[in-house]
Parts: sequence; structure tokens; C-alpha cells
Amino acid sequence: MKNSPTYSTAGNARLFASLISITLLAAALSLALGPVNVAPGELLAALFGGDDGSAAARIVLYARLPRTAGCVLAGAALAVSGALTQSVLANPLAAPSTIGVNAGAGLAAALCCAAAPTAQALLPLAAFAGALGAALLVLLIARRAGASRITLVLAGVAVSNILAACVDAVVTFDADALNAYADFRIGSMANLTLPRLAAPAAVTAIALAAAFSLTNELDVLSLGGETAEGLGLRAGRMRVALLAAAAALAGAAVSFAGLLGFVGLISPHIVRRFTGDEARLLLPASALGGAALLLACDTASRTLFAPYELPVGISLALIGGPFFIWLLLRQRGGRTA
Amino acid sequence: MIELRGLCAGYRGREVLHGVSLRFEPGRVTVLCGPNGCGKSTLLKAALGIIPRTGGEAYIDGDEAGSLSRREIARRAAYMPQDRGAPSITVRRMALHGRFPYLGWPRRYSRADYDAAERALERADALEIAGDSLAELSGGQRQRAYLAMALAQDTANLLMDEPTAFLDAAHQLAVMDMARSLAGEGRAVALVLHDLCLALRRADTLAVLDGGRLLDCGAPQEVYERGAVRRAFGVEPRRVMTEDGWQYYYV
Repeated sequence: MKNSPTYSTAGNARLFASLISITLLAAALSLALGPVNVAPGELLAALFGGDDGSAAARIVLYARLPRTAGCVLAGAALAVSGALTQSVLANPLAAPSTIGVNAGAGLAAALCCAAAPTAQALLPLAAFAGALGAALLVLLIARRAGASRITLVLAGVAVSNILAACVDAVVTFDADALNAYADFRIGSMANLTLPRLAAPAAVTAIALAAAFSLTNELDVLSLGGETAEGLGLRAGRMRVALLAAAAALAGAAVSFAGLLGFVGLISPHIVRRFTGDEARLLLPASALGGAALLLACDTASRTLFAPYELPVGISLALIGGPFFIWLLLRQRGGRTA
Repeated sequence: MIELRGLCAGYRGREVLHGVSLRFEPGRVTVLCGPNGCGKSTLLKAALGIIPRTGGEAYIDGDEAGSLSRREIARRAAYMPQDRGAPSITVRRMALHGRFPYLGWPRRYSRADYDAAERALERADALEIAGDSLAELSGGQRQRAYLAMALAQDTANLLMDEPTAFLDAAHQLAVMDMARSLAGEGRAVALVLHDLCLALRRADTLAVLDGGRLLDCGAPQEVYERGAVRRAFGVEPRRVMTEDGWQYYYV
């Protein structure tokens, strides 16, 4: 059975129409469902009428909207980051964590928890700096070795292992840091506010704009380094630039959401089944798919065991994982590479 | 026109090419042949500055390659590498990326680029696979997709590494006919070929490389008669005169 991606313009339009509807539906459910369910009319009134003093409006605007926005932001950023790393490294197992993003953010967060346990406001900043710092270290090492795909992956694995050992050392010496760090490691959308999302949203917007303007470069790179050079593209330099954008996206997301690496791995694979590898389709579709997936998992983690709440990182692995395996089994005989 | 003077190049400090002087002339199909590892692919890559040179000079349409940007080189010479990726993108999109060296701001292909890609698809006999994904094609179809991309690049020079690999007899001949017709338009065409008999039969100029040095270069018949093929490969094809000219074969 041939599992062909949609190649016609009409097919693409249908694909994006369905992706947008799914994401909007997931966002609406994320706003409406919870310990208190909000009716559709009340939801619309709160969203468009603002704070009219009603309980429903307050729940929607102050408890749920930041969380929904956070899911959209983190899901889109991590999924595009994953799509970029997978395409640039030509490696289906690649994810933001492959280039050291998670390890860097983790170490910075662990250090922050140990050194300044009371200054939780610092944690997002530290995590972002750590993610970007580790990724730049990986890219620098790989660049000096020629920036081929395999040196990039190997440099990422080496740096990640060193940083993970450092995290273990920190939490061994300072056991109190372990509790705070554990929350960050699993990843959670609790306790978000809209102002806290402003800085990550700005970084995400800039990095997304950069990535979306480089879709032709991404396609050309995927034809192989020598073909890319033959078409006039400096392959090594462009790989580093695209991975830097991927690191900024993932860093912005983990800074407020914690280490939600799995979205970045599976969302691009799910949408790739419909878009193929063409970056101008793959990147926006990944953004929508990642947002929808994270919204769905976060809503489930709030509602399944209400009034208890599961950190979204756990429900993502427990729902996203089997869903992904189901997709793999269904496409048996489809894509081979 | 590509002119190499004493070209030296290699990988990681190991020199593979030791001072080759050679010209790819407009209107001619130049075929490079030689035993495995003799530096044929290295020569193409070094000529276009895709790998750094360790010595010598390379001129592309009169300008030293080192003084040209990668983009400018890509507008003068198309290069089809031996190692060809197969991501899941359509052949049509791929041919369009042949226009990549001409892409300006905003980063969108123009109507003219789409037209050029369509013409290239037609000429490479790739129209019927234009809507298919590169990842799902056979080796021969994939080759045609890469050929379409090189044609869309619309350059005065075309350098192709093993363009006939994986192809059946009919498609091998089609590639050689294509090379001839491109040369007929005044382009300089350089091919690396493994099939010695095909090279001897269809080249305008045959360059025989051995151990990173140019052993002989000239009309195939003369190169053969001077014994360069035997010296490079250690075997000698035989030949017989037919009404289609010299035909070469192995025993």
C-alpha cells in the first residue's frame, strides 16, 4: 500500500484547514474543561467580553488562558525545533535534546534550584541561557570538526552526557535542589501567567520567522551536503544557523514548560506522514500539530484524575507514546527511510 | 569553459589529486575515467571549490574559482554529485530548487523559475514522475529527477559524477544523448563514467586519470591507441570497426 503524502494544492489546503480546526478545537476544550466546566456561551463571553466579574470569566481568563497559550507556544516551538533538527541532521531520532538543549537547560535549572532556591523567577531565564549555551557549545565543536551531520549528532550526545553528569553531581551534593528540579525535569504547565509568557513568545516569534523564511534552504540541505554546495549553499554554515534557530525555539519552550522533549520528537513525525519532507509544508504543519498535541495532553492531565493534576510531561509520554506507536504500526509497509 | 592548471586537492591532509591540468571546453563532452580512487570525483569537486584546493588554479568562465562566491559558481556550473539524497519531496519541487542559485528576496521562486523547472522536467523526461516523492522512486527515476534539477540550473557548464550509475542500457544512452545535445548548445559538459566502452564510444574528449595524475587526454581513439587505457586499468578493451565507427568490448 502506497502511503502518499498530499501533493496537490487542494490537498494541502485541506490538510491545513483540518490542522487549524483541530488546533482550535483543542484550544477551546483546553479553555472549557477542568475542575469547573465552562459552557461555550460563557467561554465566548469571557474571551471577547473580558472580565465581567463572573466566576466563569475569571477562571477562563486567569486560570486557563495562560495555560492554553503556554501549550500553544511550547507545542509549536518544540515541534518546529524537532522538525528542523530532524531535517538538518537527516536523522529521524533527532529532537531538540539531540543538540544538547535539554541537558543545558536541565543543568542551568538544577544550579538555579541549588544556588537560589527562593528566586524561582530566575529559573526560566537560567533555563533559556543554559539551553542556548549548551547548543552553541555543541555547534561550535561540530563546526570545528566540519559540521557534518554525524559530527553534530556525536557532539550533541557527548555534551549532553557531560552536562547530565553535572546535574547528577549537583543534586547529589544538594538534596534539597532535587525536589524543585524534579518538577522542571518532568515538565508542567501549572502556575503560568500571561506576562511570564511574553519573553518566550517574543523569542519564539523571531525564531519561527527565521525558520519559515529558510524553507528552501532546508529542502536543499536535505538533498545532501554536496548537492547543496553545488546549488550555491554553504551547507555547514546553514546547518549551524538552522540548528541555532532550533535551539532558540526549544530553549524558549523549556524555559517555562520544563523538559517536554517528546513533543519535539513525535509531532514532526506525525505530520510528516501527510506533508512529506517539503519544509514549506512540514514546518507550519508541525507547529499546528505540536500545539494541538500538547493542548490535548495538558487538558487530559487536568481532567482525567480531577481534582488531582498530572504534570503534562507524564501524560504526554503516556498518551503521546502509545499514539505514536499505533501510527508506526499502521504505516507498516509505508515509508522506509 | 572550465580550465584547471596544476590542480591539487585532497581530504584531511591527504592529497588525492597531484597537479592536474585539464580543460572542459564549450561544445564538447569531456569524459573522465580511471580506476577506483584515482581522483575523478575529487577533481570535479575541487574544480568548483566544493572541497578546498591545496594547489593550482581553477578558472570558471575565465574567473578564478577562489574569487567567486558559492552562489556565483552555482550560476555558472551545475554539479551532480555521486552521493544523492532522497528526502520525501516531490520531483517538481526538486527541479524548482535547481533555481536556488538565482533566488533573491523575498525567498520565493518567481513565475520564470517555475517555467524553467517545468521545461527542465520535460527535457529530462521526468514529467510523468513530477508529482511523485523522490523517496519513492527507483534509482533510474531518481537520476532523472537530479538531471532535471541540474538542467533547471541552466548553466554554461555541467559536471556530473556517475550520471549513468544504476541506469539500464536505454537510460544510459539517453543520458549520453542528453550530454551531447547540451554540448550542442555550446555548453561544456564533463562526466565521470565507469563504463569504459561507453566512454570510449561517446566522449569527444577522454581524460584518463591514474593515481591522482592525468595519464592522457584527447580524442578517445587516440587515447586508446596510445595505450593509456591499458596502463590505467590494467586491462584493455578490444575494438572492431563497424559502420557506426569504432566499437569497444571486453573479452
